[in-house]
Amino acid sequence: MEYEPVIGLEVHAQLLTQSKMFCACSADYAGAPPNTHLCPTCLGMPGALPVINQRAVEFTILTARAFNCEIPEFAKFDRKNYHYPDLMKGYQISQFDLPLSRNGFILIDDAGTIKKIGIRRVHLEEDTAKLFHDGNASRVDVNRSGVPLMEIVSEPEMHSVEEARLYSLKLRQILRYLGVCSGDMEKGAMRFEANISLRARGTTELSATRVEIKNLNSLRAMVHATEFEIARQTKILNAGGTVEQETMGWDEARNSTFTQRSKEEAHDYRYFPEPDLPRLEVSRAWVAEIEARLPELPDAKYDRLMRELGLSSYDAGVITAERDVAEYYDRAVDAGKARGVEAKTIANWVSGELFRLMKERNVEIGAVKIAPAQIPDLIALVNAGTISNNIAKNVFEEMFATGDDAKKIVQAKGLGQISNRAALVAIIEKIIADNPTQVAGYRAGKTALAQWFVGQVMKATRGQANPALVNELVADKLKSL
Amino acid sequence: MELYQLTVHAARELLQTGGITSLDLTRAILERIEKIDPRVHAYLTVIAERALDSARDADARWTEHRRDGSRAPALLGIPMAIKDEICTRGVRTTAGSKILHNFVPPYDATVMEKLNSAGAILIGKTNQDEFAMGSSTENSRYFTTRNPWDLERVPGGSSGGSAAAVAADETLFALGTDTGGSVRQPAGLTNTVGLRPTYGRVSRFGVIAFASSLDQVGPITKDVRDAAIILGAIAGHDPREATSVNVPVPDYVAAMRVGAMHASPLQNIRVGVPREYFIEGMQPGVARAVRDAIHVLESLGATTQEVSLPHTDYALPTYYLIAPAEASANLARYDGVKYGYRAPFDSAQGDTLRDSAQGDTLRDSAQGSNEMWDVMRATRGDGFGAEVKRRIMLGTYALSAGYYDAYYLKAQKVRTLIKQDFDRAFEQVDVIVGPTSPSTAFKIGEKVDDPLQMYLADVFTLAQALAGIPAISIPCGFADNATLSGVEGLPVGLQIMGRAFDEPRVLQVAYAYEHATDWHTRKPQL
Repeated sequence: MEYEPVIGLEVHAQLLTQSKMFCACSADYAGAPPNTHLCPTCLGMPGALPVINQRAVEFTILTARAFNCEIPEFAKFDRKNYHYPDLMKGYQISQFDLPLSRNGFILIDDAGTIKKIGIRRVHLEEDTAKLFHDGNASRVDVNRSGVPLMEIVSEPEMHSVEEARLYSLKLRQILRYLGVCSGDMEKGAMRFEANISLRARGTTELSATRVEIKNLNSLRAMVHATEFEIARQTKILNAGGTVEQETMGWDEARNSTFTQRSKEEAHDYRYFPEPDLPRLEVSRAWVAEIEARLPELPDAKYDRLMRELGLSSYDAGVITAERDVAEYYDRAVDAGKARGVEAKTIANWVSGELFRLMKERNVEIGAVKIAPAQIPDLIALVNAGTISNNIAKNVFEEMFATGDDAKKIVQAKGLGQISNRAALVAIIEKIIADNPTQVAGYRAGKTALAQWFVGQVMKATRGQANPALVNELVADKLKSL
Repeated sequence: MELYQLTVHAARELLQTGGITSLDLTRAILERIEKIDPRVHAYLTVIAERALDSARDADARWTEHRRDGSRAPALLGIPMAIKDEICTRGVRTTAGSKILHNFVPPYDATVMEKLNSAGAILIGKTNQDEFAMGSSTENSRYFTTRNPWDLERVPGGSSGGSAAAVAADETLFALGTDTGGSVRQPAGLTNTVGLRPTYGRVSRFGVIAFASSLDQVGPITKDVRDAAIILGAIAGHDPREATSVNVPVPDYVAAMRVGAMHASPLQNIRVGVPREYFIEGMQPGVARAVRDAIHVLESLGATTQEVSLPHTDYALPTYYLIAPAEASANLARYDGVKYGYRAPFDSAQGDTLRDSAQGDTLRDSAQGSNEMWDVMRATRGDGFGAEVKRRIMLGTYALSAGYYDAYYLKAQKVRTLIKQDFDRAFEQVDVIVGPTSPSTAFKIGEKVDDPLQMYLADVFTLAQALAGIPAISIPCGFADNATLSGVEGLPVGLQIMGRAFDEPRVLQVAYAYEHATDWHTRKPQL
């Protein structure tokens, strides 16, 4: 029988708030020495109490709206009870039955097929501390404890590893667009849990048992674990077995999943309303105010670049991948309008030369020295015939290195194209006079030597001669010999 | 009169005129403790040296204030005792538990910050039932506090140490915490004044949590005026506490004195008497004292009428689902990892309660991880006493999958009904009065093996906590006690309840009654 995987993802995204979820400690702990970002509240000290970080709530509502979610008028926090040494209070403040948002979706583009993936809810909770195990000691770093964590729960609507991958990338893209999460997986800013079951292809019912894989700390781990788990379950089903409901972990080193808890051992988290926090009333006016902060989202941008600016799907895709790049491009296009520079030409330069140099020299868009308006300036020089396209590439490299204007570089280096007929004719006449052998060859019928003469002219002008004009003048001169 | 017998307001007047010094007062209290506390056992910790230093500072500041005529902070130089449930920076805070036997908070509770800035002098930390779970201090992991009126009897609880310290003149005032009566019941049993403020009136930050939706800090004092003064000092919104309410703090002393100069000070006050608060099995002397007190209120101009709080019977089961449920989570943080008691690994190895599921979780993470779980388990097994463990189990059960709806959720619904009982009654009356406790102080050991009997000691103080309304217990007489000879009896408390944030009215009625009687001036023979 052929099986179809059914995959649901829970994505945990650390929010880029200044302070932690329930205390005033700085949430920006990356690189800080262990146990330096802490206070009685995020340490779970006796008598310490939580206070809600309003910015984190707003980030969650903003994100939920970007995912087309409903925002209920009431939300509350709940305690999720379990013991683990990285959980300072013995419970995690999370949201159970009244989350900040529900019922949204995002679109993914799987090789040209657009698919809608449902988002069940986006809610807010707090991160745990971090455990380190060395030899026979376990150590706790509390810096991460209490960092705001947004949990994005999908519907089980992905049916291939590729769909799960595309969904995750899309989430990451939107989170970065919103500026609510760095998406930096190496630093654990985005973490995954996957629910996986199989069903006979063509059927629509969900399997009664599913396997949950926890602690997938990167996209790569999620992809590998999902692949592994689909293969594992396929093998079991093909052998006539049944898949047990269980919670699994992912062993990166051995590239395999392993059982953490069977169904019988499943945790009872004993959720109940957090009595230390009042219920959240989410007024419609507040939601509207937050919504007004939504930037143009990648899908809308992509669409606009293709429809209004005539970009190719490839260019629109790479330019909108990151918000900073897309905004850089938008600013360049705006500047180009006044100079009559086409958006498509700008896109070629951005996705071509700019990306190449950024990658080659490992420069982020924010650190690029070329201002967006300098790109149409350069293109305008090409359009005016002042420099050739090839020279323009050299100028662009110079601009990338120094941030200087194209015009300044062209002038300083004397790169302006030679379009002066008289000057070029003089050069050509000198070359003809200096090379009688080639002239003789040409006359004998080797007309291909015309290109050799063109090459000599370009060489003599260090490539600055207007190539079209040189071609024309060389042809004229040779014919008139 | 001895210095240690002073009330807060009397001491204030003497400090203001320079008639006494804070150092004299503090010394008198410390000497009193030295003499009496070996019999009363009110204090877990006394910080004599630090208190004397603070008293010297206070005297210096008083000298300044007297010189330039500026107003000194309300409690400058006044000694106080603080229940060990409340975090005090640099001073060991155990919550009466072994699991925090060595815990020295690096921060002050908000109420401590307020009292410190009001100039009060911390004398020490008082004994209590472990994590405020109990009605007698017998659940303290250290020792049982004695009732100064009869050392064979309990002082009530859980703030029994604070109440005994006030009753025995071992402090001028004390703070307690009241989750289901833990301020009022011991006040009633020791002839002191105990006030439970409206939920949200006083910050809980730094108060070790028992049941978060019920816990409130309240003063235990020698008279009503002191209760008003201390409430004024500790009340107010706290940005560090999300359930603290941002309503202005009135002048409680002024509010208390409304009508005091009038011939019928309680004219226009409607007093409700709930029929459900005079139940069978109540000690007859208690009922009699409370009835007499109601007559006094009438003689002061109040009109009285019977009211009904029909869900009173459900307060006890409701409380014993909600409070343990919250406690089961609040006490989860005590695992020996971060602070407090940690069981030695040797004793942990003997632990037979292995949980394979949890062991498995850590199989791949750390060597010796089973050791970690064993130590955590042994820490909690050893660090918590029987009553605390009982309530953690009760609460865990009430929140468990399959039982949540029937227990926790049902209890929350009944809690709403109990609140509505009070809402309806307060449409007809301004305050409600009744007994604080169904009996006078019981003998040490009498109820310790019967949790249900112990729970019944709080039967009249649970509903107010569930409803979040303020209530005060004030001395209203003594009840005959057959087991005692040569003593007139044991103290009885009158409970006066008010609408949320209507502490002014509660204090007004309490003060008028106190002014008309002299029960509060009676002192135990020690």
